[in-house]
Amino acid sequence: MPLTRVPFRLRSVAVLSAVLLVAACGKQEEAAKPAAGGGATVVKIGHAAPLTGGIAHLGKDNEAGVRLAVDEANAKGLTIGGAKVQFEMLSEDDEGKPDKGPIIAQKFTDAKVAGVVGHLNSGVTIPASAVYNTAGIPMISGSATNPKLTEQGFAVTFRTVGRDDQQGPAIASYLAAQFQPKVVAVVDDATSYGEGLANEVEKSLKAAGITVLAREKGTDKTTDWKAILTKLKGKKPDAIFYGGMDSGGGPLVKQGRELGIKAVFAFGDGACTDKMQELAGAAAEGLVCSQAGIPAQASSKSFIDAFKAKFGSDPIIYAPFTYDATNLIITAMQKADSVDPAKYLPVLKAISFDGASGHIEFDEKGDRKDAEMTIFTLKDGKIVPVAIIKSGKTIPFEEFAKGAGA
Amino acid sequence: MDAKAKVGIVLIAVVLAVLPFVLAHVGTAWVRITNLAILFCLLSLGLNIVVGFAGLLDLGYIAFYAVGAYCYALLASPHFGLHLPFWIILPIGAGVACLFGVLLGAPTLKLRGDYLAIVTLGFGEIVRVFLNNLSRPVNITNGPQGVTLIDPFKLDGFSFSKSETLLGLTFSGPIKYYYLLLLVLLVVIVINVRLQDSRVGRAWVAIREDETAAQAMGINTRNVKLLAFAMGASFGGIAGGMFAAMQGFISPESFVLVESIMVLAMVVLGGMGNIWGVIAGAVLLSFVPEILRYTVEPLQKAAFGRLIIEPEVIRMLLFGLALVLMMLFRPAGLFPSKTRRREFAAAEQQHVG
Amino acid sequence: MLFSLLHPANGKPFMEVFLQQIINGLTLGSIYAIVALGYTMVYGIVQLINFAHGEVVMIGAMVALTVISSLAGANTGMPPLVIVLAGIACAVPVCMGVGYTMERVAYRPLRGAPRLAPLITAIGISIILQHLAMLIWSRNPLSFPQIIPNPVFEIAGANVSGVQIAIISLSALMMLGLTALVYRTRLGTAMRATSENPQVAGLMGVNINRVIASTFVIGAGLGAVAGVMVGTYYGIAHYTMGALLGLKAFSAAVLGGIGNLAGAMLGGILLGLVEALGAGYIGEFTDLCHVSWISTGLAERCAQDGHVVLMGSNYQDVFAFLVLIAVLVFRPSGLLGERVGDRA
Repeated sequence: MPLTRVPFRLRSVAVLSAVLLVAACGKQEEAAKPAAGGGATVVKIGHAAPLTGGIAHLGKDNEAGVRLAVDEANAKGLTIGGAKVQFEMLSEDDEGKPDKGPIIAQKFTDAKVAGVVGHLNSGVTIPASAVYNTAGIPMISGSATNPKLTEQGFAVTFRTVGRDDQQGPAIASYLAAQFQPKVVAVVDDATSYGEGLANEVEKSLKAAGITVLAREKGTDKTTDWKAILTKLKGKKPDAIFYGGMDSGGGPLVKQGRELGIKAVFAFGDGACTDKMQELAGAAAEGLVCSQAGIPAQASSKSFIDAFKAKFGSDPIIYAPFTYDATNLIITAMQKADSVDPAKYLPVLKAISFDGASGHIEFDEKGDRKDAEMTIFTLKDGKIVPVAIIKSGKTIPFEEFAKGAGA
Repeated sequence: MDAKAKVGIVLIAVVLAVLPFVLAHVGTAWVRITNLAILFCLLSLGLNIVVGFAGLLDLGYIAFYAVGAYCYALLASPHFGLHLPFWIILPIGAGVACLFGVLLGAPTLKLRGDYLAIVTLGFGEIVRVFLNNLSRPVNITNGPQGVTLIDPFKLDGFSFSKSETLLGLTFSGPIKYYYLLLLVLLVVIVINVRLQDSRVGRAWVAIREDETAAQAMGINTRNVKLLAFAMGASFGGIAGGMFAAMQGFISPESFVLVESIMVLAMVVLGGMGNIWGVIAGAVLLSFVPEILRYTVEPLQKAAFGRLIIEPEVIRMLLFGLALVLMMLFRPAGLFPSKTRRREFAAAEQQHVG
Repeated sequence: MLFSLLHPANGKPFMEVFLQQIINGLTLGSIYAIVALGYTMVYGIVQLINFAHGEVVMIGAMVALTVISSLAGANTGMPPLVIVLAGIACAVPVCMGVGYTMERVAYRPLRGAPRLAPLITAIGISIILQHLAMLIWSRNPLSFPQIIPNPVFEIAGANVSGVQIAIISLSALMMLGLTALVYRTRLGTAMRATSENPQVAGLMGVNINRVIASTFVIGAGLGAVAGVMVGTYYGIAHYTMGALLGLKAFSAAVLGGIGNLAGAMLGGILLGLVEALGAGYIGEFTDLCHVSWISTGLAERCAQDGHVVLMGSNYQDVFAFLVLIAVLVFRPSGLLGERVGDRA
């Protein structure tokens, strides 16, 4: 080989050494953290969510839930297995990218965390869960709703949030009971979340004997729904369900009303926000939507108060679920009197716990038994709860709130 | 080969062999990051054949990665209940990706330069949209839900996903994948080096420099260009298959346009047409976000008390700036190939004169 | 199968839905046409695909959004129409500035370089503009203030909104204005001369640099107006909104014949119609239940669901690219242009 190529190789050696150097720096930082415990055993709990990027605000919300639970536990000064323990949250940014999931999971494994709360997106949680499973670290997601997550047969995978196939039937049964539609159109944004939820809604509607039109799809960036809506208008549906986020749902309902469509518009939790009013104006009035779990105002008052006192704002969506997930891990550790994942995992599986998002028990897959769903409607520019769906039964919200207060 | 070169090679070999254990000592996560970087090296080398050697700007290269990944996922997962061994699927994936490369290349051969770029971009998007939507009426790709529980590489009970101890050393899953990836990378590098100096390689360069002249010299430009597309695509397909096996789960959101542009940025930064430059570019840009995570974040937090510009944004801005500044000041890349440098210098002179 | 489409029992009468889709397509097409003009002007004069043009449109929308929401929120007592005009009046010069800077910094130094070089810088510029916009206006989708009352008129059973009428007529006006500029003014003559042969035009006393810069500036100005239109029409703005819009508009320009003003307009409107009609009807045309006799399994599914659609509106975003590829392969000159495929 000619001599001229040598410098390139030397350069690549230089690059490699630079990489090693950087890696070493990273190590030092990680190693510095556990010293903060001060005598007590430090138990690390991992939290992963996109902390940068398009849904960073949701990631921060999740993180806040974990932080609150960890700080509360530390304030109590718990003793587990005869030693004082100090909990520490390791929060990592998975950027909401599927290929970053396993890397973050590996980082937690390397750092020997005792349990993980996360991740936020189903698409990231699923590849990450395989790494946790190999390492035997229990993982509880407070927001990944894709049914597949817990269908992989992993013993360490749990979630405190309802699955798409629990939320879908809920909003579908409410639609069917409340509006008695004959024909329903189902639209989604061709994302894992939107399509997954729309599939479940379609299944439930069909089971209720309702005609469902051929699926229409946009993308998560679609803002022009007019062609699809015009087609639907010709088919005269009584209700239109959209699986997707508010950035697509807002324009959808706005353009639908502009075209003179009188059907009821229904949405899942991604478009169950006050932003719908901002994006669609008066057209948003009267839409119905569902959220997994029970609404913050009906969940434990103490959680909301503590959250507000600590962070100065209300939780956005999933903070109660990550708060509960963290407390579940801590409670299981207390009950098993061990912070060893192998020891507290069986306890976690069999746990019965009352948290900020209601009563929690896990089924054999790691999903929440009888997860509650809440139906909201948009009234006077605000999302307000109207009903709670539990085990297929619809309970009007006032009634439920009274029951919870008692 | 002289003594200096020999020493260099031995040095590199030792560093590469020991690397995963050093990294694993720091944290196995770094091995995973390195593995991803090697995958990007494979991708960049594949794209380099099309863009660097033959001078055909391909903005939809990630489509071949996607095709390879989906081939592997569909043939080795419970989705169709198929569990073929990897040494059968990887070549199939490469073959199918190659076919897609020819499919894309054949009708667009007449187009030159920027038109080709836009058409390939469109092609990349079309492939992704189809992968995202081929879940109905018949479920082929499982749509946006992606394919789960993809088999890891297995050889007679030797699974790449399990941890094993040999001679007192722990070979974790990522470390095994590291050696496998390194092996594949070496093979691909050898093929690339051989290609570069081969008849075909020279023909590609000739086409890149002046297509009309190349044709006049008796080069069958159609076949030679098609070959570039096909070769580039099949490397992408192999990389995709390995990605699917390592990841265990794939969905169309991993194969968006930004990824194509990222690979292009790696090729451009390192120097189009230069194998070692391209590898350097890929390694550099793969590690940038991790490096930023440990430098920029704490720096900003110390200076402003909070994160003002996220590392991911800085990375994207760096990509953009790299593309612009490289073209303005070092159009032949950080480590340009000799001919490429000559070509750009010639263009410069023409302009001045 | 056509019969079932036309049959009134199939929901709303066919003609009303069809007319509505035409109106949808025309509105969308007008926006594409205005953006496509920006691509085609630049291409016509320097044979460069200004990849970052979509980002200029996005910046136009964002600047207008900021101006309009702050004016509307400040209780100035200005009538809504004046506020929107003020938004446009701010967006246009900002975009023109961006267009000029782009040309000066990223394209002019590369005028003699190999073809790929300016295209790669264009991609780089596009990434940079997107992420700068993200830093300024956040990653979240922003709601575009809807302050102008938007009355809806019914014409022959189809609904047309005030904003749609405004978009279509404003686009027509701008196209007329641009045509007048190119064919009736000194600058226009200089532009045409430069696009014909820059060296000779230079020798004839045309300041080529100025002409090229003006082309970028005018294109960017049109883009800014298009951005405001998109924002007002859909009521939402996002930092990534320009990318796909730009690609589609570029496809429109190629469809009409790139470098050709009339071609860009025609291409834009055609693409808008193709998308609206495609999304509206492809599902019906590829519904396998029309041919359910070919297999009993299919017939069973049809009886159960009423439809087995092969391709639905989910392929809407693909139409533009398919059109683009088809045009480039079969008629690289586009509908109205001269043959440029080889030159490119």
